[in-house]
Amino acid sequence: MTPAETSRPPVLSVRALHKRYRELVAVEELSFDVGRGEIVGLLGPNGAGKTTTINMVLGVLQPSAGQVLVDGIDVARRREQALARTNFAAVYAPLPGNLTVWQNLRYFGLIYGVRDLSARIDALLQQFALERFRDTRCGLLSSGEQTRVCLAKAMLNRPPLLLLDEPTASLDPATAQDIRQLIRRLAREEGGGILWTSHNMGEVEEVCDRVLLMSRGRLLLQGDPRTLPQEHGADSLEDLFIRVAREPLQFGGGR
Amino acid sequence: MKWRAVAGVVLRQVYLMRSSPTRVLPLFAWVAVDIVLWGFFTRWLNEAGPSGIDFVPQLLGAVLLWDFFGRVMQGVTTAFFEDLWSRNFLNVFATPLTISEYVSGLVVTSTAASMLGLVVMLLLASAGFGLSFFAYGILLLPFLLVLFLFGIALGIVASAIVLRYGPASEWLVWPLPAVLSPFAAVFYPLSTLPEWMQAISRLMPPSYVFEGMRAVVAGQGVSWPMLLGGLALALLQVFLAGWLFARVHRHAVNSGLLARYSAESVN
Repeated sequence: MTPAETSRPPVLSVRALHKRYRELVAVEELSFDVGRGEIVGLLGPNGAGKTTTINMVLGVLQPSAGQVLVDGIDVARRREQALARTNFAAVYAPLPGNLTVWQNLRYFGLIYGVRDLSARIDALLQQFALERFRDTRCGLLSSGEQTRVCLAKAMLNRPPLLLLDEPTASLDPATAQDIRQLIRRLAREEGGGILWTSHNMGEVEEVCDRVLLMSRGRLLLQGDPRTLPQEHGADSLEDLFIRVAREPLQFGGGR
Repeated sequence: MKWRAVAGVVLRQVYLMRSSPTRVLPLFAWVAVDIVLWGFFTRWLNEAGPSGIDFVPQLLGAVLLWDFFGRVMQGVTTAFFEDLWSRNFLNVFATPLTISEYVSGLVVTSTAASMLGLVVMLLLASAGFGLSFFAYGILLLPFLLVLFLFGIALGIVASAIVLRYGPASEWLVWPLPAVLSPFAAVFYPLSTLPEWMQAISRLMPPSYVFEGMRAVVAGQGVSWPMLLGGLALALLQVFLAGWLFARVHRHAVNSGLLARYSAESVN
């Protein structure tokens, strides 16, 4: 990265984020950054608050308190400008199955205001090995192929911030590895930051520069996924994950 | 307003129409059935006895105008339901698209779809049953405009209801035109209704259109202040409907409803 790039704000700054549904606290005092070219793993057991956090970053869920800045822009105050600098792919948000791959990419490309859209779509179809599915309706694709289309859509606007919620959950190991390499390369070459959730700890160790471990809505641990387990007396990241999930109090996860 | 984003919303509907005859057919099939049914009925009424009333512009014209309103409303709701049925809300609302751009896309889609239905109805009614639009003269345009605006307003309100109360509330939306039709005084003068119904009718722009239509057919002049009042009311209702949709969307974002929205998870 150039000095100019390093002086720019992180692609994502989350400050004292809080989400409460009546008595239930889903996310509490959550603060973290995602730097340029950095892949950050957001980990935690089911119900930890990962998807709630992602939804708040995407502006589809209003935080009860706190602030989300995408590329230095406040999502709450300048939603359109902030969301133009991000994109996402999630297993629970497939693209409309009654549109073809090309139609879906064109539809979202227009919404994101992508310039030279046809050329961009062609490049993404090639990058994600989707050329032969160009005119196939997304609903007819396998789950792995659908995931690749979602990832292509997520890359349409070359977002400085990419949110990936279990992007490889439905992929076979070979395809998952290809996707991981591709995303790593994209982060390196295009300098975008990535927030990545996954339950595959091997994948996290391979891909992520840093991990955030959440439980019961709170951020309990963060650090390098290759050294963090040893720092906390665990044999592996998976072992640490299980301990955080079962005994969050040990790591400061009160309530 | 980013027009490329609006074009994206419209293009999505164009793609769906282009590849699906089952989506295109309802744009004109039901209105065509209505015109044929009422066409023969009005023909029989005209032939049954010399009442002095020409039922073709009175009844068939009223059916045509009311069906046009219904198509406009359904054009908005159906375009919105496409996102509901394909569980696309998260993908759509996590983009830089604004609510006004999204709703504008729905309105443009509805305009194109309802115009197709209107052309089919006009051709069938004039060619098959001799409905002459010279009977209404230039007033046909403000009549259609008021009904169009009211259809847009009701379509946006219906979409807001489904966004707020979930896919199960879809059944509330489809019969709305039928529920409102007695108050709109489509087939009879407003004075036929009891006072309490007339009070509701006066809040509905279509009642001004149908009163005006009957006056024109009867050879009396239309009351321009009344028609302009209907137009102003329709414009106000479009504005209020947009405000309501934005408010419901804000509630859905605050409560987490939008993030969790799917046919299974929302009652």
